[in-house]
Amino acid sequence: MKLHGIHVPHKKNTADCAPVRLAPPKTVSIPMSMHIGRPAKPVVKRGDEVKVGTLIAEADGYISAPIHASVSGKVQKIDEMTVSNGSKVPCVIIESDGLQTPDANVTPPDVHDYDSFVEAVKNSGSVGLGGAGFPTFVKFVTKDMSVFQEVVINAAECEPYITSDTRTMLDRADAVFRGIDLLKTYLGIKKFIIGIENNKPAAIAEMRRLAAKTDGVEVRVLPAMYPQGGEKVLIFNCTGKIVPKGGLPLDVGVIVINVTTLAFIAEYLETGMPLVEKCLTVDGSAVKAPKNVIAPIGMSIADVLEAAGGVKTAPAKVLYGGPMMGLTVPSLDCPILKNTNAIVAMDAREAKPPKTTPCISCGACVNHCPLRLDPRSIAIAYKKNSAEELETLCVDLCMECGCCAYICPAHRPLVQTNKLAKFVLRQYQSNKKEGKG
Amino acid sequence: MNKLISTVSPHFHTTRTTQKIMLDVIIALCPTAIASVVIFGWRAMLVIAVCVGVCVLSEFLFEKLCKRENTVSDLSSVVTGMLLAFNLPVTIPLWQAAIGSVAAIIVVKQLFGGIGQNFANPAITARIIMLVAFSGEMTHWIAPAGFLTPVDAATSATPLAAMTNGTELPSYLDLFLGNYGGCIGETCSLTLLLGGVYLLIRRVISWHTPVAFIGTVALLSLICGKDVLAQLLSGGLLIAAIFMATDYATTPNTKWGKIIFGVGCGLITILIRFWGNYPEGVSYSILIMNILTPYISKLTRSKPLTGGVKP
Repeated sequence: MKLHGIHVPHKKNTADCAPVRLAPPKTVSIPMSMHIGRPAKPVVKRGDEVKVGTLIAEADGYISAPIHASVSGKVQKIDEMTVSNGSKVPCVIIESDGLQTPDANVTPPDVHDYDSFVEAVKNSGSVGLGGAGFPTFVKFVTKDMSVFQEVVINAAECEPYITSDTRTMLDRADAVFRGIDLLKTYLGIKKFIIGIENNKPAAIAEMRRLAAKTDGVEVRVLPAMYPQGGEKVLIFNCTGKIVPKGGLPLDVGVIVINVTTLAFIAEYLETGMPLVEKCLTVDGSAVKAPKNVIAPIGMSIADVLEAAGGVKTAPAKVLYGGPMMGLTVPSLDCPILKNTNAIVAMDAREAKPPKTTPCISCGACVNHCPLRLDPRSIAIAYKKNSAEELETLCVDLCMECGCCAYICPAHRPLVQTNKLAKFVLRQYQSNKKEGKG
Repeated sequence: MNKLISTVSPHFHTTRTTQKIMLDVIIALCPTAIASVVIFGWRAMLVIAVCVGVCVLSEFLFEKLCKRENTVSDLSSVVTGMLLAFNLPVTIPLWQAAIGSVAAIIVVKQLFGGIGQNFANPAITARIIMLVAFSGEMTHWIAPAGFLTPVDAATSATPLAAMTNGTELPSYLDLFLGNYGGCIGETCSLTLLLGGVYLLIRRVISWHTPVAFIGTVALLSLICGKDVLAQLLSGGLLIAAIFMATDYATTPNTKWGKIIFGVGCGLITILIRFWGNYPEGVSYSILIMNILTPYISKLTRSKPLTGGVKP
């Protein structure tokens, strides 16, 4: 069995650009919600002095993550800010003193067994850096360690433009393998598969070089077929296992971890410096000089674009992440988040949405969906507002990878319809549950 | 500061459009249009022009009248017009061709919701309507009187009729080049195959339906002890298998659906050709399979990758 996918333009213009560390901006705005789960609770107040790595917000509840200051300076205020999904979240604004003094409390954590390892990962503020922003430590939590069979290291980087994971593999390859050693030691996992798309020969060579010296690590070269880095797609193509609908990779004994997340964990255990900066790709048709940069979390997109060499024209659309699954930002004041791996700034021409025409029933959406859904029937069922049909069609399985909407010659907004259809189905299912209870 | 555009992902899209797909089909039909003029003379071009013109005009006026979004620019009505013309004899009175075109666009396509919504192939169904309404004119065949054989028009039997009646067949070469009596665009196998290859290369169609359709006809002809090559090269088989059985809206979308559709078409074609009263069966076979398409689609719908139930 082979999963469907699409060929998208790669546009990996920045694969050869080693990241440049940007000077800290005057202020950073750090939102309390940069992960899936409850927003973090601020523990600083206006006027507090902070250093790089100072805890400014603690995890609120189980699925949440702590947040640390990314610059040294003074807390200017705690304000509300509109984020990319349109909601308002509290946000700590820090005025930088430009010195980037590290916090004296930043010391390597004491890690000696499974529990202290998970605790350290939790305190590092790490979230899935590939894009989803799921708190990392949650993946490692289990009562029975025998469920961990293998780790799939997501280095596919299938989105156009983005090369920050490629840079991790080239510039921080040792850290990746130190991360593998940590998972071996503390989680007792013996089998590791690094999944990389075949359009990154330098990264493949580097990973292979180190894998040859390490037991239990296989570098799996995958065709450059979007969405190769989609969790379910990657697990299937690396292990042949299918994650059940509504389940997690661990249900089939797999942990999927992004290659940059893994490198970060290794580095955190050595230095104790929590997640305060991000390597990201700055590219897109509006960007003057595409490059990779290392920016403090909370730096505004406007500042990053400026520091990275400026824009050719005023961007018409700006994305967190790549063009296939990236989120549009409402304004250039939006900050770099923990899970931001790229800023793509598009000019008016690239941003222009294509004209939508009537569906011609060509079946391209059906024949390109990696999860074998039927977007055309889903759209019809949604129009009829039939939650029963949407349930049969498994719309809740959709990962919104965008293959259907990309390939549609009529340019129907199929991802948008699927998102709305999922909402209809969720409401129906929760009503049904309530009715029963 | 300028306002940023906010849309749901993806932010990249294929450059393919409905219009480009239809343009590809038109390009694929062009060699056959040229061949039809070479074989049957300038009147072939006139019939094509009338059908295309009336199809486009019907679509435009109907949508205007119903205040629907205008879809003339997607070129699908041009394709319908060309395909309908290709399925008519060159001697067809132009007013009859025009009525057929109106029926194709308004009755078969627009009344069911326009592009992508019709359940039956407009060109095929219009042809069948015309066969019933104008049976004399629709089955009046003349020998080629174009540039290849500049002789006076003489009534001639189609090869399929010839096979049914047991009269002499044209040579394989004539069958391949289309130098025999028949519909405007169905005789020249060479240009039809050329168009098919073009559509395959451009990924407008997949191989499943044409191969299943033609393969079934070949296999059953062989089993029934008929002249396989003559069965394949004559009548409307190639134009139907390549251009009409691959229509998006009226045929299944999945790989296995397409194969079932093709096999079904081949089977019905053979039943009509060998045992029916009527020498040609491809039009009816496609119409019947069009009607079965929703069931085939349901039967062959791809199963979502749910990986079993979560424990």
